[in-house]
Amino acid sequence: MDTESTYSGYSFYSGRSRGSHRHGERSRDRHKSRSKESSRSEKSVTINAPPAEPLLGDQSVREEEVQDDNWGETTTAVTGTSEHSLSQEDIVRISKDLDDSVGLDCKRYLNVALSVILGLVVLLTPLAFLILPHLLWPDRLKACGTACEGLFISVAFKLLILLLAVWALFFRPPRAGLPRIFVFRALLATLVLLFVLSYWLFYGVRILDSQDGDYQGIVQYAVSLVDALLFIHYLAIVLLELRQLQPFFSLCVTRSTDGATQHYNLGQLSIQRAAVVILENYYKDFPVHNPAMLTASKSRAAKHLAGLKVYNVDGPGGNNAAAGIAQSQSRAMIAAAARRRDSSHNELYYEEAEHERRVRKRRARLVVAVEEAFTHIRRMQEEEQKKAPGDVMDPREAAQAIFPSMARALQKYLRTTRQQHLHSMESIQQHLAFCITNNMTPKAFLESYLTTGPTLQYGKDRWLARQWTLISEASVTSGLKDGTVFLLKCIDFSLVVTTKKIPYIQLAEEFIDPKSHKFVLRLQSETSV
Amino acid sequence: MSFIPGQPVTAVVQRIEIHKLRDGDNLILGFSIGGGIDQDPSQNPFSEDKTDKGIYVTRVSKGGPAEVAGLRMGDKIMQVNGWDMTMVTHDQARKKLTKKGEDVVRLLVTRKSLENAVRQSMMH
Repeated sequence: MDTESTYSGYSFYSGRSRGSHRHGERSRDRHKSRSKESSRSEKSVTINAPPAEPLLGDQSVREEEVQDDNWGETTTAVTGTSEHSLSQEDIVRISKDLDDSVGLDCKRYLNVALSVILGLVVLLTPLAFLILPHLLWPDRLKACGTACEGLFISVAFKLLILLLAVWALFFRPPRAGLPRIFVFRALLATLVLLFVLSYWLFYGVRILDSQDGDYQGIVQYAVSLVDALLFIHYLAIVLLELRQLQPFFSLCVTRSTDGATQHYNLGQLSIQRAAVVILENYYKDFPVHNPAMLTASKSRAAKHLAGLKVYNVDGPGGNNAAAGIAQSQSRAMIAAAARRRDSSHNELYYEEAEHERRVRKRRARLVVAVEEAFTHIRRMQEEEQKKAPGDVMDPREAAQAIFPSMARALQKYLRTTRQQHLHSMESIQQHLAFCITNNMTPKAFLESYLTTGPTLQYGKDRWLARQWTLISEASVTSGLKDGTVFLLKCIDFSLVVTTKKIPYIQLAEEFIDPKSHKFVLRLQSETSV
Repeated sequence: MSFIPGQPVTAVVQRIEIHKLRDGDNLILGFSIGGGIDQDPSQNPFSEDKTDKGIYVTRVSKGGPAEVAGLRMGDKIMQVNGWDMTMVTHDQARKKLTKKGEDVVRLLVTRKSLENAVRQSMMH
């Protein structure tokens, strides 16, 4: 995943613009005919567009070329790149494919296998206790009557309940792969194993060796084992499920790139389990990470630094002198930057106002275009379906028919709000067909494009669900404490999580007598005499 | 016109004698009162101390008996015919002023300018 060292000699940012530029160049050279076709689609209707191509694949790159004039200055290495250089997206895609195919799932399969074996052992033990005397010394067994039969029935039903309960609690598809073992589960498994082993030990020593004839006692022994197993299962429910339900900590999750923040209330969990809960909520609560929105602040930061250059006039000195010189240089730079009359705040204000205006204009055009497009189709009634079978379209064809009239406005809007890489033409047409099928209004159709939704709303390649790394100073199996900080790192960004304990609330009581609500008028009357 | 709780109220007062005017069956005095212990003292525009619940003259009709007798708007009425007006309700004050049998009411009123005038005359 370390693109800087492995794949290129150029820095992250230049790699992105360079790589995508190269990518565009490559695709443009190889698919000249296709690019001509998609450029034609801007003006006329082309229904058979290639699927899953980014909506503005080539146009955006050309536009970047036009706008990003000084990319030559910002790249740090111009030589050493070949036609086979990869962009950031390619690397991500390759590593994702690797992850999907290679069995990091062997850990999961091991877990499943172990738990199945343990479950079988646990379930078959009482049955074994009951059956073995009949097999080994059937002649010496005393016949036991209705009491035994009652106990048989209770063993059967308790085993059935245990089976269902174990299936319900433990045999669910795992929601996450944790870096360390799940401490409570491991403890419980060990406990169950020890318990069953001790029962077997006792059984082996006291019953098998001595070949006890009291069958009722043996049946009661088996019943006590099943009861104890049910109680261990109760313990498992309390430890694994119930303990963390009561909220105890409030976690503040901040995304490092754009500062989006959410708060979650969690119970007493270990750090890795808390991380899983946070990530599950991340996919639904945080707006999708859009790196295109961050370029403006980066260019401003670059301009701040690029304004001043420091020259060392006195020549190289000793080690201490060099450190002192570096310190004084940086201080001089800061002082000079503070003194310089910086008008970048002015630029920012006007730039943002202009952008806002442009977005609003494009949005207005888009809304009008979509509303007009939706008026072109109408749902056919049942009676009409029988009468006129000609020129009837299913939702997908209807979507394809009205899409070209709104495509241009939508393209422009997405480009202005820098969302064009999140939506492909195919996904937009699918969404349109979906909206038409479910009788949605144009406003409902547009909602997913006008506002940035949570990450789950977009395609699976945006999810990067297998790329998360938990970075923590404390051990990840230790519990959350007040002031715990840990990081969840994805490829381009990270989530910073801080923990705070929910305060202990002390409630006092005050009783108000319902008869004590009395009022008087505030008068100021004037009387003439 | 200072009011110290527990101490007797001291004020410079002016005696005003109003002869009631007969208007049909009614006897009118020609002014309006406001205030009283059952009223809200903070809304009184004439009082210096906004907790003062005394009876104040809020309006004097032009040319009426009260104006002729020398009553001015903003005066605080301390006594009416010997009856105290500093600790009465609004309705009690009205009743004391509009007794049907009396033709003349003798008021003791006080205002800020009286105190200033007395102080000035004492200084000379």
